[in-house]
Amino acid sequence: MNTQEDSQTVRATSLSRQFGKRVAVSEVNLTLKRGEVLGFLGPNGAGKTTTMQMLTGNLAPTGGQVEICGIDMLERPTDAKARIGYLPETPPLYRDLTVNEFLQLAGRLHRVAKKSLAGAVDLAKQRCGIADVGQRLIGTLSKGYQQRVGIAQAIIHNPDVVILDEPTVGLDPNQIRDIRALIRELGGAHSVILSTHILPEVEQVCDRVQIMHRGSLVFNDTIAGLKQFRGGTLMLGLRKPPSIEALAAISGVASVEPGGGTGGAGMFRIQPHAEVDPTDALVRASADNGWNLFHLAPAASSIEDVFVQLTHREETL
Amino acid sequence: MIFTIAGKELRALFSSPLAWVVLAFLQLTMGWILVTRLDAFLTVQTQLMQMETPPGITEIVIAPIFGAAAVILIMAVPLLSMRLIAEERRNQTMTFLISAPLSMTQIVLGKFVGLYSFLMLSVALILMMAASMYLGGRLDLGLLGTLSLGLALLIAAFAAVGVFFSSLTAQPVVAATATLATLLGLWLLNMSQASPDSPFLMLALIRRYESFTKGLIDTSDIVFLVLFTSVFLILAIRRLDADRLGA
Repeated sequence: MNTQEDSQTVRATSLSRQFGKRVAVSEVNLTLKRGEVLGFLGPNGAGKTTTMQMLTGNLAPTGGQVEICGIDMLERPTDAKARIGYLPETPPLYRDLTVNEFLQLAGRLHRVAKKSLAGAVDLAKQRCGIADVGQRLIGTLSKGYQQRVGIAQAIIHNPDVVILDEPTVGLDPNQIRDIRALIRELGGAHSVILSTHILPEVEQVCDRVQIMHRGSLVFNDTIAGLKQFRGGTLMLGLRKPPSIEALAAISGVASVEPGGGTGGAGMFRIQPHAEVDPTDALVRASADNGWNLFHLAPAASSIEDVFVQLTHREETL
Repeated sequence: MIFTIAGKELRALFSSPLAWVVLAFLQLTMGWILVTRLDAFLTVQTQLMQMETPPGITEIVIAPIFGAAAVILIMAVPLLSMRLIAEERRNQTMTFLISAPLSMTQIVLGKFVGLYSFLMLSVALILMMAASMYLGGRLDLGLLGTLSLGLALLIAAFAAVGVFFSSLTAQPVVAATATLATLLGLWLLNMSQASPDSPFLMLALIRRYESFTKGLIDTSDIVFLVLFTSVFLILAIRRLDADRLGA
């Protein structure tokens, strides 16, 4: 196996899927390197889950090809599946098994050797923070714990590729932090594909972002590339704000919208010119005119901006 | 892998009260038939003695138990088989099996073997009941053998039908109803007034079983029951494959 194949864990080429006449996914290309965390975004019904189902061999594509670590999913499905850990949208849990029983079953089905099974179960439980509920029936666990058992079954066989469909749904904030840390940790040795609606999550854990809309890929770049996508909108807060026209007149400011984001009186959303950075001019103007500047920062929701821009704009066309 | 899935199915069966209720009901009915047949045997025993080749206790007491078991299993198998695939669909746990490095064949066979092992347990219970006859007499082991073989093959056919209908739907109750209807239909074929060489009668499962209850091993019956089982299992595998293709 050459290095090219080794570093590329997932390769999907012109993946398409139709349900009857409805095109759910069309011509999606996707590559993932070892140690990379890919954020998979898109509005509801964009085809994220369908794509993930095709990547994991749960759904046969109408066209295109999926390769996992160089193994074709259609030609050698079982070998390819052995390298994937998948957590679907609804965690597939047997409610009348205990956590230990279920993880042992998952390990055996995923070809974990008998002598290393107990160790694998313990490690997966420890990584997902469910070591203390091993003896409990899955049906009696809370939603958050069930979600973590779902993640544990996806990583028990130490797969090359971990595919998680909305893994932090139903978790409390502390658990979400733990799971994000776990995903980052997984990203060290494995490749991770993460589908989510929570945009800050993508910024925190992902190396790369792909946005799907209506079955096609509309954005594919690194997080850094994404932040530059809209040229860094600024949020400006003034206690004694002038008129919008006065703000727009400052050099480097392309457009000004009132409010925005967290809202509140005196907040403005400043869209700068591509070349000139208006930050300095804004501070100076505020000091000179006594506008009482209290907030000046890059708009926090940059992914949201990109997301909305890419997926909403086309809807209105 | 097949046995891992089979083990999981067995565990699921035994962790639900349904399996225990079915086993208990089966055992109760079998016990009742045993007692009545034994009673009948004892009353006619003196007359039997005067016959040149009298039918033994196996023919008079044990064979009817096996006959009744086949009919009762027509009702029991749908209840046990309905959840196999339908419930996995409904709980969306099918993804767990499909994402695992398993072929559809392994999944279907695993489920079939799980259900079949459970049903064979009920056959074992009947055999134990028959063995209790050893306390007061001798058994025709040859006939007991063909009875067991026949019932084992018949149960495989029942179970395969159950697995198939469970693979068609996400509603266990629908699967149970369809399985029951099919098995009852195939049973009733036997009672129809069609001529003995009618093609419909070929499908009558119980008729195939009847030759075994006479101590007859007919290869055509064995082949028919094995083929019948295979066809329904293959249909179930094709059905799961079609799910993935989502045609």
